[in-house]
Amino acid sequence: MFESIGILSLTIWVPIVAGLLVLATGGKDGASGGVDGQRTLALLGAALGFAVSLPLWTGFNVSTAAMQFVEHANWIPLFNVHYRLGVDGISMPFVVLNSFVTLLVVLAGWAVIKTKVAQYMAAFLIQSGLINGVFASLDGVLFYVFFEAMLIPLYLIIGIWGGPNRVYAAIKFFLYTLLGSLLMLVAMIYLFFVSGGSFDILVWHKVPLAMGAQMLLFVAFFFAFAVKVPMGPVQTWVPDAHVEAPTGGSVVLAAITLKVGAYGFLRFTLPILPDASHELAWLIIGLSLIAVVYIGLVALVQSDMKKLIAYSSIAHMGFVTLGFFMFNSWGVEGGLVQMISHGFVSGALFLCIGVMYDRLHSRQISDYGGVVNSMPRFAALFMLFAMANSGLPATSGFVGEFMVILGAIQVNFWYAALAGTTLIFGAAYSLWMYKRVVFGPITRPEVAGMTDIDSREFLILSMLAVCVLVMGIYPFPVTEVMHASVNNLLEHVAHSKLVPLVAH
Amino acid sequence: MDMKTLYLLVPMAPLVGAIIAGLFGKIIGRRGAHMVTILGVAIAFLGSLLIFQDVLAGNTYNGSVYTWLASGDVRLEIGFLIDRLTVLMMLVVTFVSLMVHIYTIGYMAEDPGYQRFFSYISLFTFSMLMLVMANNFLQLFFGWEAVGLVSYLLIGFWYTRETAIYANLKAFLVNRVGDFGFLLGIGLVLAYFGTLDYQQVFNNAMGMQGHMMTIFEGHSWSVLTVICILLFIGAMGKSAQFPLHVWLPDSMEGPTPISALIHAATMVTAGIFMVARMSPLFELSDTALSFVMVIGAITALFMGFLGVIQNDIKRVVAYSTLSQLGYMTVALGASAYSVAIFHLMTHAFFKALLFLAAGSVIMAMHHEQDIRNMGGLRKYLPITWITSLIGSLALIGMPFLSGFYSKDSIIEAVHASHLAGSGFAYFAVAAGVFVTAFYSFRMYFMVFHGKERFHNAHAQHNHTEEGDSHGHHHAPRETPWVVTMPLILLAIPSIVIGYLTMGPLVAGGWFGHAIHVNTVLHPAMEELVREFHGATAMALHGLTTLPFGLAVAGVATAYYLYLVRPDLPQAIRNRAGLIYTILEEKYGFDRFNDWFFAGGARLIGGRLWRWGDATIIDGWVVNGTARMVGWVAARTRQIQSGYLYHYAFAMIVGVALLATLFVHF
Repeated sequence: MFESIGILSLTIWVPIVAGLLVLATGGKDGASGGVDGQRTLALLGAALGFAVSLPLWTGFNVSTAAMQFVEHANWIPLFNVHYRLGVDGISMPFVVLNSFVTLLVVLAGWAVIKTKVAQYMAAFLIQSGLINGVFASLDGVLFYVFFEAMLIPLYLIIGIWGGPNRVYAAIKFFLYTLLGSLLMLVAMIYLFFVSGGSFDILVWHKVPLAMGAQMLLFVAFFFAFAVKVPMGPVQTWVPDAHVEAPTGGSVVLAAITLKVGAYGFLRFTLPILPDASHELAWLIIGLSLIAVVYIGLVALVQSDMKKLIAYSSIAHMGFVTLGFFMFNSWGVEGGLVQMISHGFVSGALFLCIGVMYDRLHSRQISDYGGVVNSMPRFAALFMLFAMANSGLPATSGFVGEFMVILGAIQVNFWYAALAGTTLIFGAAYSLWMYKRVVFGPITRPEVAGMTDIDSREFLILSMLAVCVLVMGIYPFPVTEVMHASVNNLLEHVAHSKLVPLVAH
Repeated sequence: MDMKTLYLLVPMAPLVGAIIAGLFGKIIGRRGAHMVTILGVAIAFLGSLLIFQDVLAGNTYNGSVYTWLASGDVRLEIGFLIDRLTVLMMLVVTFVSLMVHIYTIGYMAEDPGYQRFFSYISLFTFSMLMLVMANNFLQLFFGWEAVGLVSYLLIGFWYTRETAIYANLKAFLVNRVGDFGFLLGIGLVLAYFGTLDYQQVFNNAMGMQGHMMTIFEGHSWSVLTVICILLFIGAMGKSAQFPLHVWLPDSMEGPTPISALIHAATMVTAGIFMVARMSPLFELSDTALSFVMVIGAITALFMGFLGVIQNDIKRVVAYSTLSQLGYMTVALGASAYSVAIFHLMTHAFFKALLFLAAGSVIMAMHHEQDIRNMGGLRKYLPITWITSLIGSLALIGMPFLSGFYSKDSIIEAVHASHLAGSGFAYFAVAAGVFVTAFYSFRMYFMVFHGKERFHNAHAQHNHTEEGDSHGHHHAPRETPWVVTMPLILLAIPSIVIGYLTMGPLVAGGWFGHAIHVNTVLHPAMEELVREFHGATAMALHGLTTLPFGLAVAGVATAYYLYLVRPDLPQAIRNRAGLIYTILEEKYGFDRFNDWFFAGGARLIGGRLWRWGDATIIDGWVVNGTARMVGWVAARTRQIQSGYLYHYAFAMIVGVALLATLFVHF
């Protein structure tokens, strides 16, 4: 069936096979025998998964907008469904990011997860492969399969290793996202027929569509992607899912899963439905700005750290969708940069909260205070991430927001002004939380007993710190990867796809 | 070494010092930390001197180091613009920073965070240098935010103090309000000019003059006016101009060396520098200039009033800084950019001196900051006393001292300005002279002259603050040489720098192309220059003018009230209850901000969360849907009763319906 195994296939199947292997070693109900072996195997799998993704970055040709590392095989000939993989400058960074984050998550769960270790590790590895599949798919059905399948491990992660209210959160998460994607399936089947029987996404990009059809398809895709991003008013599953999820679950959820929705806008909505995208841009822009302002204010009053970061995630993702619908290179590239940066920063912040939770078993801000006195090394790293979250220049958090604001002000001054309030809100909720948790005298004896981060935690956080700083000081290589694909996309979106009624 | 390497070396040396002291502070120890950071800053200072020499020889530089980002067809670079304006700022920054580094050895000697402190102040020096050396708006913003970050870290340096961590959060957020405007201004520059490079923007500024934009429906504004006002809002945050001044007095929670370095001499003047740098833009908008002048005038006068009633030695100096920043801003508004930079420089020296002297007093008084508990210190702290006197005289504009030349030039420039608001501004800066003289010498007399009040104060202290009794009951002693040497080194320029540089800097058009003035529309500078006949003549003439009279009156009033009749201030306070309360409340800004902005945001956030997310979306839509599904299911379940005749009946009804449909359609 395969002519040869390509790099993209490896990035998908290496983690999945590794995950299945880990699962096979797991005893029933978390029998403790060989737990170290399971962890080591998982780490090896994750490391190998990351290693096989690196050639995507190093071997990427930045001068072309065409799909690269393309693989193709027949899958279901009856419906013309293919196993078709490929990445361009828009999707490639996320395959690498996802493989990297998986490595961190396995490390983060190393000593913390004590029950069902094999199953926990396996869930993350399998999920990693599935998410890579989402970003690499060039076939609608393949995309849909990965898009749905990636929900299952996360559902299990929240439902099994989560907090006290985990079942509510898991079901809410699952139903929310499932409902959205069913509409997308309908849209895909419609596209299959109008394109003359093809599930090739690149063919769909070229299909002419009447305005009415575009609008309906837009709505269908919108629900699938908006839930994932998440955009208001369908965002309320995110705080619940984060609060109940174990640390690793939150990290993957924030760093990767949310990106799938935003990616969908660029891969499907904009190129397939350019006219509807222009027509309904006001809706996305409005919802994005609401996310920035409304959610920024909501984040301010949270008393649960994880909820606060969850809301801040939503506000930051508002920048992504805002940027995409500015239809200029600053906006779209800024949105993409923001997605990557948000992967580092929100992932790091959830890890920081996890570090504190492991010691005190509380997420309430009021249970802390004066953490810097007992954990100075941790406090320094946490400060960096809090600053990155408030968009400080020379951290990755600044780059995307800056670019999106520059893109927005070219379209409308007020878009930029409203988006710019994040400068104030972002700093307010991030640093106010930091002040209450980390600064000040020690108010509770438990805080005095917190031990500073060990070398494993230090390794994880400092790897992310390096990413945050490098991307803030020298973002050029990251945007260079995107230029060709984004410019091609923008050209594509600028051309109407309406059926030429008055042609000739 | 070629010049480009030198340009790079100047900011990098302090950065390397900061990184070493920050990451390896434990390993290299306290001595290692101050050695490495002082070495870094000393290299930066010497490098700045070399560059100064090169610039004097007529060389300038404008080039990029690396491309930070590219998008569309715009490239955003990190690069340096070295001209006379830049190099002057570099000298001021590195010199004051070097003095503060040395001073810190003494001031922070007993602090457990010694290495961290040196790391921060070196990091600050790096950030500030990147800010002033930038050749584009992006890097300007980088430096702008980076100095804000270090300021945040340093105000909250003693992070277990509730007041300190409140003050640093407040400082950061208020600055962010300014940065919000600043960033939008930069965004508009890119949108309209298509570049963020200074030189390209300035070259095209003339062509942008007629462009209008609509912000509110039905009102169109000149693009340049909007850009300038937005940029200036950034300056209002950083340079603590009314109404974004509220963070600066609270920033005194930080250790004194940084109050001198960051909150007096350098960082807070970044806004002044920025507007001077942008002079080709501001010159094209009279509206923006008027706005700048009025804001500056309000700050200069009304912040001075607040200095009058403060009893904390650092806060008096802080309000004085606010007021002096107002003076600089007024000068900018009057198109006297070079005068603003001139005052920035003289102020950097004498205000850093006053702050460091205040710190010296605080050290000698064992961390006592209330001037009511001081008095008569001149006997015990001779060096601190003399240098303080020099600093105070320079501040109030004593002829021949540095502050006289810069302040008098400002007053003259405003006098010659014809912009809207210049009348008010002139009144404010003239009246401000009296106020400045009064609060400066009120403090001076209360600290160094009069009765020694610290003995009984200490006695009180030991009752209230138990556990911190070490060192009390000793007479104050002059501070070690690492503290007094910077005082002396700063006192020298405080005396002579004005006399020496007034001629070339202000009258001689020293800045050349770095500062642009439209002399036809804004002739204030020209008139100023025309009336200048040498520094000596200016000082002698100064003795006969109104500002000198006001300054003398201020000093005399302070002398009378605090040395001759020390009972009077209390009596006046009792009589002027309302005015006193208004001043005590700092015009109510803090209270209003806390209530309206901080409280309001939390209130709205809470409402949105409870009503929007929890009640409407989750309560009605999400859980409501679930309940609806449950309700429908519960109802429909009853249909499946299990009785055959129920099903048969349903089938008959169905068949009947279908039959009806077929018949009709």
